[in-house]
Amino acid sequence: MHGKCGLFFSSYAAEARFFQSGFQRTCLGLFVLLLVAAPLLVGPYLLSVLNIICIAVIGAVSLNLLTGVCGQISLGHGAFMGVGAYGAAICTLRGVPFPLALLAGGAAASLAGMVFGVPSLRLKGIYLAIATLAAQLILEYVFLHAGGITGGSNGLLLDPPTIFGFSCNTDARMFYLLLVCAALSLLVVANLLRTRHGRAFVAIRDFHLSAEIAGVNLFAYKLMAFGVSAFLAGVAGGLWAHYTQFVSPEQFGISQSISCLAMIIIGGLGSVLGSVFGAVFLTLLPEGLNLVAGTLSAWFPDISAQLVALREGVFGLTLVLFLIFEPEGLAHRWKLVRAYWKLYPFAH
Amino acid sequence: MHYYLQLLINGLVVGGIYSLVALGFVVIYKATQVVNFAQGELVMAGAYVCFSLTVQFHVPFLWAFLMTLGFSVLLGLAVERLALRPLIGESTISVIMVTIGLSSVLKSLVQLVWGTQIKVFPQVLPAEPLFLAGVPIAPVYLAAFVLSALLFAVFSLFFKYSRLGVAMRATAFDQQAAQSMGIGIKNIFALSWCIACVVSGVGGVILGNINGINSQLGYLGLKVFPAVILGGLDSLAGAALGGLIVGVLENLCDGLAKDFLGLSGFKEVAAFVVLVLILMIKPYGLFGSREIERV
Repeated sequence: MHGKCGLFFSSYAAEARFFQSGFQRTCLGLFVLLLVAAPLLVGPYLLSVLNIICIAVIGAVSLNLLTGVCGQISLGHGAFMGVGAYGAAICTLRGVPFPLALLAGGAAASLAGMVFGVPSLRLKGIYLAIATLAAQLILEYVFLHAGGITGGSNGLLLDPPTIFGFSCNTDARMFYLLLVCAALSLLVVANLLRTRHGRAFVAIRDFHLSAEIAGVNLFAYKLMAFGVSAFLAGVAGGLWAHYTQFVSPEQFGISQSISCLAMIIIGGLGSVLGSVFGAVFLTLLPEGLNLVAGTLSAWFPDISAQLVALREGVFGLTLVLFLIFEPEGLAHRWKLVRAYWKLYPFAH
Repeated sequence: MHYYLQLLINGLVVGGIYSLVALGFVVIYKATQVVNFAQGELVMAGAYVCFSLTVQFHVPFLWAFLMTLGFSVLLGLAVERLALRPLIGESTISVIMVTIGLSSVLKSLVQLVWGTQIKVFPQVLPAEPLFLAGVPIAPVYLAAFVLSALLFAVFSLFFKYSRLGVAMRATAFDQQAAQSMGIGIKNIFALSWCIACVVSGVGGVILGNINGINSQLGYLGLKVFPAVILGGLDSLAGAALGGLIVGVLENLCDGLAKDFLGLSGFKEVAAFVVLVLILMIKPYGLFGSREIERV
């Protein structure tokens, strides 16, 4: 841990504290204030991008808990989000209040995650990745073919979420809802990492046999990681469904799982801050590409027809380049930049 | 009954192609411990190059086929050198993600060059069906099956008797020991990617002749996983058998699900349901080697 110069800890509690300096707290406070004021400052387009970023942050941080912190690779995260989305959507359509429906969706996703997490006791690494891939495809099939409940390929149409009679029917209102949910998820995960359970997850990731010898119940903790992670993913899915007011199987395909994984790779495995970076980066990437394509369309008129393919290619290329040149992700780069300025001008 | 016999034969043909693709997967996994999620896209690349040569450049089919193989070798070399070699020694998830990134890039290149419409290969073999036990079979199906079997025989012999094949097996067994016996590990890695690309390319050309090709062909790569898990991740014979079993199984399950449960499209997941069951019961497959961990 790179502490500030002259920052000494005399107790474990002090070392595990959330903010180690007042400066950090002030900066974060200012940033939150900026976010709260965001709907007044930015236009409708940017606001919708911010909304999507908030949802992506929840998805990324949940996967980071499972894959980055506990070391269990999941290729089924998109489907877990889907279970949450369908769960929440079905509940609100039956007249359940939105907050309860969201939690119910999360619980459904959590259950699905734990069921498909059971093989994780015997399987590791690549085998687990393939098992979760199977989970993804099987759940996708269920979304598509259980037409009586999920609406099949037509999907379900939803109303904007209503909380205690207050309808979040504009982007700005939705933004506050999503911001609160994203902040809560980040807090939950960041705090979980400071507890005994969080340390058990890290021990399992680092070496499962030593963890077991040190008294960590592998099965219980792996299942817990799957459950908590899928719960948050389900919440993200439920929020997404209610934000777009539509659920369909295509939203929760394997590409969603892959993009969640890409977010945590690009952001930084096992880092809460990294999940945020990754989610922001990968949400802005296609938007930036649209912008560039718009500018270039004066010279290449058919570029907009190729945009889908281009987007996929740029996504893949970014992923490969990050893995080769910055395998520890944006969070690592952020740390380096901070250290540089902290020590400036005496870097050595 | 006739219907199920037809399904069985379809399954065997498709299974033959799965076997080929699975062979490529296993060769890479055995030699380099890399799990290749881009296998389906390698199939797609081969198929599109062959299509382009025959239809757009009017090269005779046999020459086009040989040139496709040459292209596959180059593709394999490029992929190994540019994307995989920098990641030697990295964690499983990094390697998985780099092949996923690779698959995105290949898919997008194919879409940029050839578009997303379905493309049909020119007819190479006669269209009149042959009759086998009273069931009509298109000659192209038969040719596909024979070609897959032939390639398998060739590669089995290659791994068993040739100098390079033995070197590859030695590398798979213990990289350090192989290196200290004078085997160039890097060359072996490159060679295994080349072989994987070539067999996938052949699979792609066969598929193109059967169904035509489109940019969704890459999803075939996912079907490889049930096949290799069933057979054991590091067994060539397992890949062959696993591919055939998965091909037959998904066709039969599809037919059964349609007849008895009224479920359509069960083909897409049948193999994965089986996959989950195998993973629960016998995670190292039929012929795979068990991992033994010592502290």
